[in-house]
Amino acid sequence: MLIDPMDMHVPTEAVQAIERPLVVTQSLLYLDGVSVSFDGFRAINNLSLVIAPGEMRAIIGPNGAGKTTMMDIITGKTKPDTGDVIFDGQIDLTQLDETAIANLGIGRKFQKPTVFESHTVEDNVEMAVKADRTVFGTLFSRHSAEIWKRVDEILGIVRLGDHRRRMAGDLSHGQKQWLEIGMLLAQDPKLLLVDEPAAGMTDVETGATADLLKDIAKTHSVVVVEHDMGFIRELGVKVTCLHEGSVLSEGTLDKVSADERVIEVYLGR
Amino acid sequence: MIARRLFSSDRRIAVTIATLLAAAVIVPVLNLAVPADSVFHMPSYVVALVGKYLCYALLALALDLVWGYCGILSLGHGAFFALGGYAMGMYLMRQIGPRGVYSHPTLPDFMVFLNWKELPFTWWGFSSFPYAMLMVGLVPGILAFVFGWFAFRSRVTGVYLSIITQALTYALMLAFFRNDMGFGGNNGLTDFKDILGFNIQSQTTRAVLFSLSVLALMAGYLVARAIVTSKAGKILIAVRDAEARTRFLGYRVENYKLFVWTVSAVMAGIAGALYVPQVGIINPSEFSPANSIETIVWVAVGGRGTLVGAALGAGVVNFAKSWFTGAFPQGWLFALGGLFVFVTLFLPKGIVGTFTEWWRTRAAKREPPASAAAEQPAQ
Repeated sequence: MLIDPMDMHVPTEAVQAIERPLVVTQSLLYLDGVSVSFDGFRAINNLSLVIAPGEMRAIIGPNGAGKTTMMDIITGKTKPDTGDVIFDGQIDLTQLDETAIANLGIGRKFQKPTVFESHTVEDNVEMAVKADRTVFGTLFSRHSAEIWKRVDEILGIVRLGDHRRRMAGDLSHGQKQWLEIGMLLAQDPKLLLVDEPAAGMTDVETGATADLLKDIAKTHSVVVVEHDMGFIRELGVKVTCLHEGSVLSEGTLDKVSADERVIEVYLGR
Repeated sequence: MIARRLFSSDRRIAVTIATLLAAAVIVPVLNLAVPADSVFHMPSYVVALVGKYLCYALLALALDLVWGYCGILSLGHGAFFALGGYAMGMYLMRQIGPRGVYSHPTLPDFMVFLNWKELPFTWWGFSSFPYAMLMVGLVPGILAFVFGWFAFRSRVTGVYLSIITQALTYALMLAFFRNDMGFGGNNGLTDFKDILGFNIQSQTTRAVLFSLSVLALMAGYLVARAIVTSKAGKILIAVRDAEARTRFLGYRVENYKLFVWTVSAVMAGIAGALYVPQVGIINPSEFSPANSIETIVWVAVGGRGTLVGAALGAGVVNFAKSWFTGAFPQGWLFALGGLFVFVTLFLPKGIVGTFTEWWRTRAAKREPPASAAAEQPAQ
């Protein structure tokens, strides 16, 4: 007797479960076997990375190692071809878009400082402060003393209090970097992804930025991508070196910078 | 500093509202009450002409809301304007009743001519004024909502979005040209008799329509201003300047765009509805992409992202058009193109934007001497 394949019971749920097992972890951010290719180029290749709650981690690596792409994947800008990206124990980030991920509590500072140039410094921060983000919520929102108190606090932390009424577009490069870090803080995320915070800064500014990040790391989990080894030394945290889309070496800065392969591809002899 | 900023922006509102209210009262009085031989008499054709400009001004305001504040360059806003106009035109057609050329009790002339036996369902209810007014807002609003829902969710932006908005208005134009669509084909809807029982040709009705146009422009301005000065307005500007960044801050960019796009379409529809009784005709050429592009020029000339500028630009450019088409009928399109090039090169912020900037730098220059003078006695 012939069996019509359409009549057969196919347990679709079970198949899906095999494909995508529910991963539950203790870590804040858990990347496992993540790969993504652009036009055949493997930007991220079987990358695995675990960030514990409250941890601060520095990511180093040569250009094209996949540092920014990794951040794109975590924040939902890029969807990985394979692999798991789990946030806060059980939330599958690969299924969510940028907005949803931002609202879960992942904030991001871009490599090139990106602030809203035709808004004032204080308005930039005000928009970032945690509050109702729906259209009608913002349309009918009234002046909130609570929000502005938070804005004052943040402007104090990032030392832009004197510039609060200037247009963000008129700030210097370093000030824009700080404003963006301030906006990140205003979002009060669980995890901050900070891409090259010290780029284009003077030594004094770099030192101040390191202090600021260390301060932030007391209450938040932070992932910092940076090229400046002096800056990373000042942070004094666990370091991960990426190369060709996967982890090359991981550990203390001394251990990583002593690693033969890291010297080969990144630090140079 | 805040106080002064509030004061100056309050003053701008106050001046705008006062000017509009004055126009709403004075123009009809000059037209109706002042005898025709007086120098202060305003001829009816001027009232009709300015009434038309006011509708264009509301359309420009609607476009400025999406283009100036949210960066959505719509090359098809004329479509919403025309749809509102058609909704009004359908009401006016139904008011003709048996007074048409063929004296049919219900069907408009063009349907009798096409040998239709009954009113198509699209025309049901249009003999009721409230229903027609509802459709004036609802039809452009729903079209904009559906179009925007798909376009913004799929993250169609920039020049691609502009092109599909243009395709939208072009497609509607082709559709409305067809006789079997049931909207009068290429002749459109015309030969209107009365509106709410008042003769549409009478001087008084025209004066009232003029005042209503002023009030609609004022209401449109206040709504647009309320939106752009709210916190949502800040988000719109953020979307315009750095869309991706706004997303990473946790805002649903597509919802903000959809909201402002739909509001703008409804405003454009209302402008169209006021336009039709004043010009006495609506036909598919109102959907023509050239009209929408002309609207872009009005906003650019007046100053995008200023609201007042958009309305002003519509008035200035259309006044120039009226004069030009009388003086050099062949030259208008060249003048319009030249104007656009001139504004883009030399007045990128438009009339109002440039003026505001000049005003600010003047105020800023004045300030330091004032504080220096205050310090001197202390020395």
